[in-house]
Formats: sequence, structure tokens, C-alpha cells
Amino acid sequence: MTPLLEVADLSIGFGSAPPVVQGVSFSVMPGETLALVGESGSGKTLTCRSVLRILPGSAQLRSGSIRFGRENKVQDLLTLPERQMRAIRGNHISMIFQEPMRSLSPLHRIGNQVSEVLKLHRSKSGPKSSSDARKQVLETFEQVGFADPERVFRAYPFELSGGMRQRAMIAMAMVAKPDLLIADEPTTALDVTTQAQVLGLIKDLQRATGMAVILVTHDLGVVANMAEKVVVMHKGSVMESGPAASVLGAPKHGYTRKLFAAAPMIPTVAAPAAPVQHDDLILDMQHVSKTYQVRAGGWKAPIKVHACVDVNLSLPRGRTLAVVGESGSGKTTCARIALGAEQPDAGSRVLFRGRGTDEALPVHAMDRAQRTKFQRSAQMVFQDPYSSLSPRMRIQAALTEPMEIHGLGTRAERREKAAEMLRWVGLSPDMLGRFPHAFSGGQRQRLSIARALTLDPQLLVCDEPTSALDVSVQDQILTLLEDLQQRTGLSYLFISHDLAVVSRIADEVAVMRQGVIVEQAPPDTLFYSPQHPYTQALIAAQPEPDLSRPIDLALVAKGAGAPATWPEMFRFVGTDAPALVEVNPGHQVRCHV
Amino acid sequence: MMFLKYAGYRLLTMLLTLWVVSILVFAIINLPPGDFLSNQIAELRATGQAEGVAKAEFLRTEYALDRPLWMQYLIWIGAAPGPQGFSGMLQGDFGWSFEFDQPVSEIVGDALWLTVLVNLAAVLFVYVVALPLGVLAAAKSETWVDYSAAFVGYLGLATPNFLLALILFYYGQKYLGLPIGGLMAPEFEGEPMSPAKVQSILIHLIVPTFVIGTSGAAAMMQRLRANMLDELSKPYVETAKAKGMAPARLLAKYPLRMAFNPFVADIGNLLPAMVSGSVLVSVVLGLQTIGPALLTALKSQDQFLAGFVLMFVALLTLIGTMISDLLLVLLDPRIRYGAREG
Repeated sequence: MTPLLEVADLSIGFGSAPPVVQGVSFSVMPGETLALVGESGSGKTLTCRSVLRILPGSAQLRSGSIRFGRENKVQDLLTLPERQMRAIRGNHISMIFQEPMRSLSPLHRIGNQVSEVLKLHRSKSGPKSSSDARKQVLETFEQVGFADPERVFRAYPFELSGGMRQRAMIAMAMVAKPDLLIADEPTTALDVTTQAQVLGLIKDLQRATGMAVILVTHDLGVVANMAEKVVVMHKGSVMESGPAASVLGAPKHGYTRKLFAAAPMIPTVAAPAAPVQHDDLILDMQHVSKTYQVRAGGWKAPIKVHACVDVNLSLPRGRTLAVVGESGSGKTTCARIALGAEQPDAGSRVLFRGRGTDEALPVHAMDRAQRTKFQRSAQMVFQDPYSSLSPRMRIQAALTEPMEIHGLGTRAERREKAAEMLRWVGLSPDMLGRFPHAFSGGQRQRLSIARALTLDPQLLVCDEPTSALDVSVQDQILTLLEDLQQRTGLSYLFISHDLAVVSRIADEVAVMRQGVIVEQAPPDTLFYSPQHPYTQALIAAQPEPDLSRPIDLALVAKGAGAPATWPEMFRFVGTDAPALVEVNPGHQVRCHV
Repeated sequence: MMFLKYAGYRLLTMLLTLWVVSILVFAIINLPPGDFLSNQIAELRATGQAEGVAKAEFLRTEYALDRPLWMQYLIWIGAAPGPQGFSGMLQGDFGWSFEFDQPVSEIVGDALWLTVLVNLAAVLFVYVVALPLGVLAAAKSETWVDYSAAFVGYLGLATPNFLLALILFYYGQKYLGLPIGGLMAPEFEGEPMSPAKVQSILIHLIVPTFVIGTSGAAAMMQRLRANMLDELSKPYVETAKAKGMAPARLLAKYPLRMAFNPFVADIGNLLPAMVSGSVLVSVVLGLQTIGPALLTALKSQDQFLAGFVLMFVALLTLIGTMISDLLLVLLDPRIRYGAREG
């Protein structure tokens, strides 16, 4: 059989610099799934974009050929005239992009944007009239799992959730029945449970239509669930390629092995963990609720949104408490309330007890002196290391500013402290004079940790500190956080959407859904016997880099839906959730007994 | 239905704003000590012209300038009875210009609609020039098209309007036979409208439109170019490209629609900026707009005339913002549905 797509000796470069993609070759058979694996900067995105010839203007194709064959007609896509290339884009080869939030035009209805593909390529087998086109689009919407295709056809992108938008993107890519679908990190921006569903959908569609798929990803778990063939890229070159079974089963190249070691996994657990002792609490959140008023516009009464409801969290000194949930579950609101950055509803109490004091102080009712002291001892590490450092401040200024604000030390002492903190996070003190843009994502996250540490805090609130980073870098940051905890006895409140990441660092995990904690236990206990359907879905949705443990979509679907679809025992009565019940020592589940 | 409700709501807020503006305008005009008449009376007394004083005193009572300020305000807007009963702005009586010794409505009458005409022509010019140039400059960014558009734009921004006016008059007259000064040939002034008069006005409009509009068009073009460049790097443009769209169609359907928002939102700002910005040009070009009248009125504290002109400019601004708000609602579903980006 001849390959559908054959990339040979592809090199791409910018300006006079050495090429960023170098001598890349691979081939895709009809109906096959090829995974292009690598970290950011590995050249995987440039490679797949060159197939459609939608590279940025400054990129130059230095050498190579991309041969695309269908119906016994083989063409070199790199030398094809632009007009013929346009006939291929969206029609024979289509693409799904990483950010479903921004990949659809906000001003045009979904139906308009999807049926446009058919209008552009009317000559193919496609429908002639616009009512036929509409029918075909609606059919595709049904295929990608929209319950009400008519409504989606009329909807604007902002009326759909992230997962729904990615479905719409997939529908747009699928509607012309292409021979090859290129998916560039299609699920990276989505929650785990949504990711599992979208991956399942791509697989189903592939089975139904027989198209080939190139899946670009940095997640070996996704690869194991989807691909028949794997190409591992690093710094623009192919490190290793072959059938998925052999690459994942027995990785030969050192880099592939490194990727494996870094991939977060949910461990197999033999026995539940001992309950965490809650005696010396540094942070104690009692019955914390937060209601936002959202203006409905005009004269309508404002809508009340319950960001979190009756949350009880307690963090023992020197331990790590993780709050896990999807976007919109209220986990970040909890973190902000814990830091006093947000005022909770009346009746909520947040107590903080610093080291060496007997008295626990209410975070939201402190006097000025107490507040200043509290702000020194509780610091935050943010999600996005690219925007949490001012691009106009040198590292030294960024690191000494907190000390200046609190009036600590002399100029020389502050500088010395900043240098020491850089050493702590594994960077060199001679980097103090640089600007943030000179650092990689992982280094920047180290910098923001160093900045948080300059005030000698006792509590560090980490809001998804690794979700913007590559897996291998994520691994390094987690190791760093563990080291720091051992060295200084820091306590962490760790916010994440990823159970696998949390399994490594947390002493206790609280799983949140729609503003309430649905299950709380030490991670090992959770993995040993997850009780709540949502926790079970989260665990099942985690893609594992292991061919023998595919995602159990049925289990995901059971728990990831609305609370009304959960089994009777866990269902909410109206908007009222059942109470948290301690099923075992140290293991709480929200269910009716 | 929702749109009509919104339009009604906007109209209501516009009227409220107009009312607040009237208070501000009145307060600011009355900020300097004295008024036109008391200044005049003092001057007449000093030069010993007693008969003039009597007339000025009469006007003072006639126009209620001897009453307390808040009362004067209410009489001015027509919410309280003055010496002639209810007769203020609300009733369509705009008062008396002391400087020109004529009713305000007679002084501004013709100038009013000529002002609207000149500025509408200028706004139209701004949009007609800026739209294609801005889009072209963005689509061909960092090529000679972009650079030459930017060069012309900066030239337009940097050249003083009155200088441009003089240059255009000179060459327009020399090579194209365009008339110099005014908004119509002298023989039509005060005449009723006729085809010949319309023609004369249109020919006279060419140079002023160009002069008043150039800097606005240059600024607008740069703004549109910047907006377009922002939009062109967004992922949805790439999505459209991956669908197989041709570049020109893609440009018009997606990024242009998005870049249009600030473009439309600017209508409101453009109108008043041009009215006040064209005062000097009007003086230089000898245009019969309300610009020169405003200048004189402000200098001599001719309060009813100044007040009326300021209120008129405010009304133009408010109408402009209202038009752009309503257009935005029609153009952008996100605003229409009161949604926020996720």
C-alpha cells in the first residue's frame, strides 16, 4: 500500500539562523494515526503546519518534500501552486488547533463558519445548494455529539463551553470528509474529563470515515490512547520513530525514556494511606462560601453565582493540601480567599496560625500590623510564568521588590538574599541582571517561586504552577517544590486540575466540583478506592502512557456529567448537595447515607 | 425587540447627559466675573455715554441677567418663567446675542446646517480614505505599500491644517480652477436653495473637506492598521486559512469585521473633534460655519450665543456616540447578548 502522506528530509529555518526543523521524515498510511511527540520548541507544530503550508511568513522551507497521494494522484505539497493548495486545505487535509477558545471567529455563527468549508469546496463530492450544505453540517454536528445540532448551528462561539467549541472545531475539520486530519494539541487547553471525551470522539470519527490522523502532542498518555505510529521530536530532529507498541513498550532513545519518566501517572496503590493528622494547623478554612453577583444587563436582577459553598479545608503545618477540579469548580476562588485576596460571604472563617504563635488569627479581620505580617508569611505562585513577571523589570528588581515593600534589610542584604534564593531554585546568581524574556518557561516559574520565597513565607499557595509547562519541566518544578518543603518546612496549598500531578506532591487531596468538595482523602486512599463518580471519572480520564491501560470512556461519561446524572446516592437535591460523610478514617465523600 | 429597548434606553441616557451638559456649560460660561452687559455698562459709564447705558440696563432686565444664577439657568433652558414667560431652549428660543445685536437663531441659522454639512463630509472623507488604506497597509505590512501609506499618513498628521488649506487653495485655484474661501459663491448667500446653489456648495466643499479630514483620516488609518495586524495574528485567521479560503475573502470576512469595532466606536469622538478642530480652519478658509461665531462669543462673554453653540456641539457628540453604540450592538453579537469572553 502506498502512504497517504510522505514527508521526506524536511528542513525549516528562520532568517540566517540554523534550521529549527532538520531532516524530518515520516509517512502516514491511509486510515492510520501518527503521533508527533515533543516538547515546546521541538518543531512539531512547524512540521505539521508545513503540510498545509500555513507557516508564519518569516519561516523558510530549506529542503525536503511532502508528497500527498490520493486516488493514484501524488502531488508534492511544497511545490504546488497556491490555488491548487487552497483546494486541498480543508477539503483533503484539514486541521484542528490547540485553542478552541480563540480558533473560532467570535462574530460569526458556528453554522456559518462550518458550512463555509463546504461552500469553499463545492466542486468536490459536496452538496450543490446551501440547504444541502446545511443538512450535511447538521449531520456532522450530530456525529460529533451535539445533542441539539440546530441550536449549535445558530449559536455564537461565546455561547459554547471549551469542550463544545472543540467539538465544533472538529466538526468544521470533518465536514468535508478529509483524507487526513491534523490535530495540533487538540486537548491541551481542555479539562481531563473533556480531553478524554474529545479523544474518544476523534477515534470514533476515524473509525467511521477511515481518515488518517496526525496527532501533535506532548503527552505520552494521549499517544498511548490514540496512535499506531509514533515520531518523537527534539530540537527539530526526529529522535525515534516506529510503531506505538515498540516505542512505548521499549523506548530505545534516551530522550524518549526521559519523557516517559517525566510523564505524570496515577500510581497503582495496594492499600489506602493512613489519615493525615490534623493537629497543628497553619491554615484552617471553615464553612467558606463565596457568591458573586453577575450583572445581567439592563434592568434585570443580577444573577447569583456560587463560586464555592461551605468549603472546609485544613492544612497541617509542613504538609501539602491539594485542591483538584476542572475550570469553574471554585478551586482558585478558594485559594484567593485563603490569601485574603477575596472577601468570603458572611459566616465564613479563615484562620491562619503563624510559626511560634499560639493564637490563630482570622485572615479577613486582621488589623494593619497583623495583615502586613500575614502577607509576609503567605505567598503565591501563579499559573502563567510568562505573564506573572514584569517584562520591564530586571530579575534583581523583581526579587528584591517584596523585601523593599516590607522594608526588610539594607540594599546589599536584599541583593544577597535574592542571589541566595536564585541558588535555592537552581539558578545562578549572575542571572540577576537579566530580563525575564531571557529565560525559558520553566526558569521563569523557578523565578516566581524564588520571588515568593524572598520573604521567608510559611505558606505557599500554588495556583496550577505547572500547567503551562512541558512535562519534563513540570517534573523539575515539582521536585524543586518537594526539596524546598523538606528544607524549610513550608506548607503548600496546591491548586491543580491534574490528579496525576497532585498524586506526587500532596498529603491530602480535596476534589471539587461546581463549588463543593465532593471527596477528600490522602491521594493513595483516593486511588485505592475512589468513591465519588466524579473522582472515578477524573482517575479514569487520566491518559496513561501504557498501551494496556486505555481510557475507560464509560466511566468518564458516568461521572463527568452534570450532578443530576450521578447515581441516586450522590445526586444533588435541587441545588442542595448532600453532606460530606466520613466513609473511612480520613476519607470523606459527599453522598446520601 | 431587544434592540429597540436598548435604543430607547440609550436615548433616555442621552437626554439625561444633555441636561447635565447644559448645567456644566452654563456654569463654565458664568465662571469669569461679570457678564457681557455689565462689562459694557462699565465701559459706557467710563466713556460717559449715558444713553447706551439705558439700553444695556434694559437688556439686563429683559434677559434676566439681574436675577440669581440658578434662576438664570432655569430661565435659559426654559424651565422657569422669565420676563417673557416660559421662553428658553426647551421652547426653541435660544436668546439674544449681545455682540451681534441679533437673536442667536438668526446668527447661527444658516451656519448650523453648513457646519453639519462640512463635518459630515469630512467624516465621510475620513472613512472612505482610511478604510482601504488601513486594510491595505495591514495586509501588505512591512512592504513598500505599508511604508508609503504610513508616510502619507504621517505627512497628513504633521502638516498644520491652515497651511494645508492655503497650499490647496493656491494649487486648486491654479490648476483645477477651484474657488477660494467660503462655502458658496457670494451671489447665493441668503438665497433660497436651487440646483445652482447646491452645485456651488459642493464645489466649495472640496478643499475644506480635504483639509479638515486629512489628519483624522491619517490617525484613523494607523489605528485600523494596528487593529488589523492584531487580528491577523489571531488563531481564527489561521483556522480560516486552513479551510482553504482565498486571502482577500478571508481578510474581508474575519479580521476586518473584528477590526471594525474600534472604527465604528470612533464616530462619536470624530464629530466633536472635527467641529472644534475646524474652528481655526473655518476662520482661515472663511467658512460660514458656527466655528468663528463660537470663537467671538467666547472671547466677549456673549453668553447666550456661546451657550447655544456649546450645547449644539454637545448634541452632535451625543448623537455620534449613540449612533456608534447602536451600530456596535448590531455588528457584534457579544455586545448584543451581553456576553463576556470565556
